[in-house]
Amino acid sequence: MMTSVNIAGVDFKNPVMTASGTFGSGREYSKFVDLNRLGGVVVKGVASKEWLGNPAPRIAETYGGMLNAVGLQNPGVDVFIEEDIPFLRQYDTNIIVNIAGKTVEEYVEVAKRLRDADIDMIELNISCPNVKEGGVAFGTDPKMAEYVTSEVKKYAKQPLIVKLSPNVTDITEIARAVEAGGADAVSLINTLLGMKIDIYKRKPILANRVGGFSGPAIKPVAVRMVNQVYNSIKLPIIGLGGICTGEDAIEFILAGATGVAVGTANFSNPRATIDVVEGIERYMDVMGVGDVNELIGNID
Amino acid sequence: MGNDSGRGTIVYRNDLLGYHMSIGLEREDIMCQESYNDKVLAEIVVNEKIADRVYRMVFREKQIAEEARAGQFINVYCKAESRILPRPISICEVDRENGLVTIVYMIVGMGTKEFSELKTGDKVEVLGPLGNGFTLRDCEDNVIVGGGVGAPPLLEVVKRLPGKKRVFLGFRSGAFLVDEFRKYAEVYVATDDGSVGDKGTVVDLMRKVGVKSGNIYSCGPKPMLAAVQDMAEELGINAQISLEERMGCGIGACVGCICKIKADNEVGYTYKKVCKDGPIFDAKEVMFE
Ligand SMILES: Cc1cc2nc3c(=O)[nH]c(=O)nc-3n(C[C@H](O)[C@H](O)[C@H](O)COP(=O)(O)OP(=O)(O)OC[C@H]3O[C@@H](n4cnc5c(N)ncnc54)[C@H](O)[C@@H]3O)c2cc1C
Ligand SMILES: Cc1cc2nc3c(=O)[nH]c(=O)nc-3n(C[C@H](O)[C@H](O)[C@H](O)COP(=O)(O)O)c2cc1C
Ligand code: FES
Repeated sequence: MMTSVNIAGVDFKNPVMTASGTFGSGREYSKFVDLNRLGGVVVKGVASKEWLGNPAPRIAETYGGMLNAVGLQNPGVDVFIEEDIPFLRQYDTNIIVNIAGKTVEEYVEVAKRLRDADIDMIELNISCPNVKEGGVAFGTDPKMAEYVTSEVKKYAKQPLIVKLSPNVTDITEIARAVEAGGADAVSLINTLLGMKIDIYKRKPILANRVGGFSGPAIKPVAVRMVNQVYNSIKLPIIGLGGICTGEDAIEFILAGATGVAVGTANFSNPRATIDVVEGIERYMDVMGVGDVNELIGNID
Repeated sequence: MGNDSGRGTIVYRNDLLGYHMSIGLEREDIMCQESYNDKVLAEIVVNEKIADRVYRMVFREKQIAEEARAGQFINVYCKAESRILPRPISICEVDRENGLVTIVYMIVGMGTKEFSELKTGDKVEVLGPLGNGFTLRDCEDNVIVGGGVGAPPLLEVVKRLPGKKRVFLGFRSGAFLVDEFRKYAEVYVATDDGSVGDKGTVVDLMRKVGVKSGNIYSCGPKPMLAAVQDMAEELGINAQISLEERMGCGIGACVGCICKIKADNEVGYTYKKVCKDGPIFDAKEVMFE
């Protein structure tokens, strides 16, 4: 049975990765999961300098999903390089670094700092709904999306994945823009903008009022968008949004994803990534699929 | 607890020590150091109502019972798939001999409502023990201060602390666990409505009874903890407080559960994770808004 895939020239032992921001830099979950069994670890977003993020409460649960307004708290790229890369390199898995910035220059700076770092890919996050500047503002305007992609691409040494926001009317427009900007792959979806109100206190639950909506509840939106993007650009796709099981992952692959990432499911099941790896294998076994690549986009 | 000095960010580095130790070790060695227990299905032995909306659950889980330190918590998972996040609940008591763990929880939403409906013999999914626990010190006057559902985790503290112990418990109305605490210590109770014990706050009661020295161990609502913090500062004594925040993962990965901690940087604070760096913090370092 062949589960390996290739995304923008990088080999993955299987299509399963972690979704940025839901797995830290792997350390906490390495106590539950053998990271060697994952295709890749996509780490929490890093910026050029330390970001404190938003005040608490940052988390709220919703029906079959959750809202978060972490606001990209991170210790900065230098700390990441010093402490997290050596940790992750002990494992046989790809390291994908999710990068954040408030301006185009900041994104470029992170990409430059990562040039000599021992990592496999960069994921450009232009879709975080929890930061005022940068983030989603870049990801919802095709011109800005193309521009920031092309600027980062100039300086990035590793293949560049651009992570798309679902908070747009037509995601294929943004996908085409980042393809034109020189992206090597796309990942989708980031969180949907959401809100939850405490009806007794009559105030929003999150300190930031709004947050990013993720978890199994968003899966149909994500599958639809992956399929739309698959039908409109040539780049390989990493699909995510609500994946909890191998069956969920297969759905994304059939919709057109080459890779898949597990996010919120890690919180309800620390071993979710492994369950997804094993679930894919089981599906292939039962369905008599010899090579996972046969499944990509393979629906009527 | 790791290397918290330097750049002002602690959040990502609380197990730096583990990381340094791991350099140069074989993969197998890394795997077994500080490993967490997997999520387990534990059998419920007792799940009973002990006060208005408050339940006491005892379940069988040998490993948690053996490893738990006073002040740690567990993640309890709902059966309903619509409720995807774990509910953090403090460990109230453990019985190592029989491998039993007790939690006491209040119904505040659908998750805790679901727990309250479980019966003896049912299974519940739990993960733990999580968090750091209290540092128990030997001293001449141990002062334990609990408010509402903040009281339960202090029972194991009282059981394990050596020396003289005085327990102050505050409730809105009615009281629970008082008899359990009485087995190990002198207990003073205050309620907002005066229905049990003194009328007023637990901190008023502490002032009335008199606290002058020793160590304070506290868990309860934020205003109470802030008052305990003030009092400890006034008296120049040490206080450890247990914080609460909405959590995503409970293990330090999502950075959802932060609290404000004084820091020597431009903004004067940094964020630490309640689940991993806490829930127990030194009262001196916590910033309440
Ligand atoms: C370290 C820690 C220890 C705790 N120990 C106890 C205990 O011993 N006894 C007890 O009764 N309660 C305790 N709590 C609070 C308890 O976790 C919440 O009351 C419970 O999660 C509410 O779940 P729900 O589904 O009933 O409510 P909902 O409001 O429907 O919960 C929805 C979501 O919000 C989270 N949430 C809601 N309120 C809180 C809160 N106050 N703190 C953290 N998360 C919250 C839940 O985890 C869940 O993800 C503790 C909280 C923490 C952080
Ligand atoms: C707590 C939390 C933090 C996140 N942080 C990031 C981040 O730093 N960068 C990023 O690109 N996406 C971030 N995301 C989005 C996820 O990577 C993912 O796109 C989204 O959660 C949808 O997938 P899921 O439903 O499987 O979680 C975060 C999501 C959550 C829940
Ligand atoms: S709950 Fe996820 S970091 Fe604390």
